[in-house]
Amino acid sequence: MESDSKQSQETLREPQPSLATIGPEKAFVAICRLAVALPLLLLVVLVVDAVVDGWPRLSWGFLTGYPSRNPEIAGILPALAGSAAVIVLTAVMAIPVGVGAAIYLEEYTKPGRLTSLIELNISNLAGVPSIIYGLLGLELFVRAMQMGRSLLAGAATLALLVLPAVIMTSREALRTVPYSLREACYALGADRWQTIWRVVLPMSLPGILTGIILSVARAIGETAPLIMIGALTYVAFLPDSLMSPFTALPIQIFNWVSRPQKGFHTNAAAGIVVLLVLMLLLNATAIWLRVRLQRRVNW
Amino acid sequence: MTRNITTFALIGVLLLATALVGCSKPSSTGQKTEGAAKQSLSGTILVDGSSTVFPITEAVAEEFQKAYKGVRVTVGISGTGGGFKKFGSGETDLTGASRPIRPTEVELCKKNGIEYIELPVAYDGLAVMVNPKNTWANSITVAELKKIWEPEAQGKITRWNHVRPEWPDRELHLFGAGVDSGTYDYFTAAIVGKEHSSRGDFTSSEDDNVLVQGIATDELALGFFGYAYYEANRDKLKLLAVDDEDPRNGDGPILPSLETVINGTYQPLSRPIFIYVNKKSLDRPEVAEFVRFYLSHAPKLVKEVGYIPLPERAYQLAQKRVDARKTGSLFAGEGSKVGVKIEDLLAAEDK
Repeated sequence: MESDSKQSQETLREPQPSLATIGPEKAFVAICRLAVALPLLLLVVLVVDAVVDGWPRLSWGFLTGYPSRNPEIAGILPALAGSAAVIVLTAVMAIPVGVGAAIYLEEYTKPGRLTSLIELNISNLAGVPSIIYGLLGLELFVRAMQMGRSLLAGAATLALLVLPAVIMTSREALRTVPYSLREACYALGADRWQTIWRVVLPMSLPGILTGIILSVARAIGETAPLIMIGALTYVAFLPDSLMSPFTALPIQIFNWVSRPQKGFHTNAAAGIVVLLVLMLLLNATAIWLRVRLQRRVNW
Repeated sequence: MTRNITTFALIGVLLLATALVGCSKPSSTGQKTEGAAKQSLSGTILVDGSSTVFPITEAVAEEFQKAYKGVRVTVGISGTGGGFKKFGSGETDLTGASRPIRPTEVELCKKNGIEYIELPVAYDGLAVMVNPKNTWANSITVAELKKIWEPEAQGKITRWNHVRPEWPDRELHLFGAGVDSGTYDYFTAAIVGKEHSSRGDFTSSEDDNVLVQGIATDELALGFFGYAYYEANRDKLKLLAVDDEDPRNGDGPILPSLETVINGTYQPLSRPIFIYVNKKSLDRPEVAEFVRFYLSHAPKLVKEVGYIPLPERAYQLAQKRVDARKTGSLFAGEGSKVGVKIEDLLAAEDK
């Protein structure tokens, strides 16, 4: 046993680089470092710029205020509430369908032409520009299904948008569960249903959750499809039903940026900071959940 | 392992709960008014349309909802054309327009049985601007603007001295409102003589702030956009006086301002902007009250958001139009018409 692990450590040890490869390798590492530093630097510049510009307006009043023609008293409460409601609804719609589809594709289908065609289509859909989903949502939900420019139509559109990502990340997570575990289950007399519910799903839960949260976090920043389905620009009330008109944070920011008065540009910067914090929170939750749940999985 | 399933279920329940809490908050929190709230009216008023008219409608909607707490007003920005599409299919009660309705849009309304009342709500001047470092140009004639912007100018009028020989032999960089905007439509109608027709080789943007930045940083720039954007960026831009060479509209080059737009001497680059009201929606008391509120508060609010109010009398005549449910367009549905004084049109109709 002991000699076994020693041996594996031996093989993992870094090989000594030969003199001939040292130069090119150093250059490559330098380029890689630059590639990491550049986006980080851009992010820092963006965040600092937004915080500096928006600082004067970042206050409780800004978070709890309603939009106004007067930039000093304008706030983002309806946009914030709209974004929150849309995201929660999106998650409620996309998660069961997305995870269900992933389980079906991963556990139930037999490999074949039809399956690979479906798989190909899902990966294709993940790359479709979001405005196309907006157009689809406009025709399908707003017009054909008569939902109007409502919260429900907005969430349904965004749910469609994140669905391919949810399916793909969930499938990846399901695949990380070793096949031997499934076989062990069957050997113990469990049927497929029991195997999926008691072993596969709990084991892949951290991965699935991370994927879901990251996909949904993407939806919170989406502007184009919401503009397409006609999420409104001036809404001075909170959504109170599924059919209620609504606005969302990115739309409020978009509107403020395009106004001539300086005060609105400050508001836009403050709105960007709020949006960034919101996304950071969501992503942090994803990481926290993964770490927490992974600790319980021992094999 | 079952604990993990519970976690899964818990998260689901939590999400649902948040959804319900988020949705059940009362809608009137935080909206305080000084006056007594009039609770008698209720309902939702849907407004959409031009981004130029948006700030005015937003201001009116804000004040209106303070006075009438039971009524909800939503205002979208789909542009004048996009707004008419929704209005013409009966999706909205009111639509803002930075130019009069076009024949195709009249057709759409007719097809869907929508009768509309056209109400002018303000003037908007189009400002022609250069960079503050530009020392040579202080004014420009309409003929020169036409020479610059007409489709034939593309690739030919590329230097300042091509426009006026005494101007320097340096490149001319053009900036203009986006081709989907009512602003572009009006500018081309007023200057080139044909709506929606101009050269294509200029920097255009639907976002006027981009144009402000462009002109403010380019010494050789010349551009046009709404006067409100000039007002907000006075220190970065230099306004050009425009000479229409028609003594009836005042002599010589004239700078846009409150007076020159109202008295009709800043021609041809000042235009009326409108709201169109669905006649059927006016049967709902909250819509009728909103329109009345709009016209009676416009003089103050229009100024506040950077536009130029119509003379008091024009608003009264517009209200008369509403009271009489007078449908149709003063512009006979022909789109942009250049150089009109709106109160003359309204008064002529009133006789």
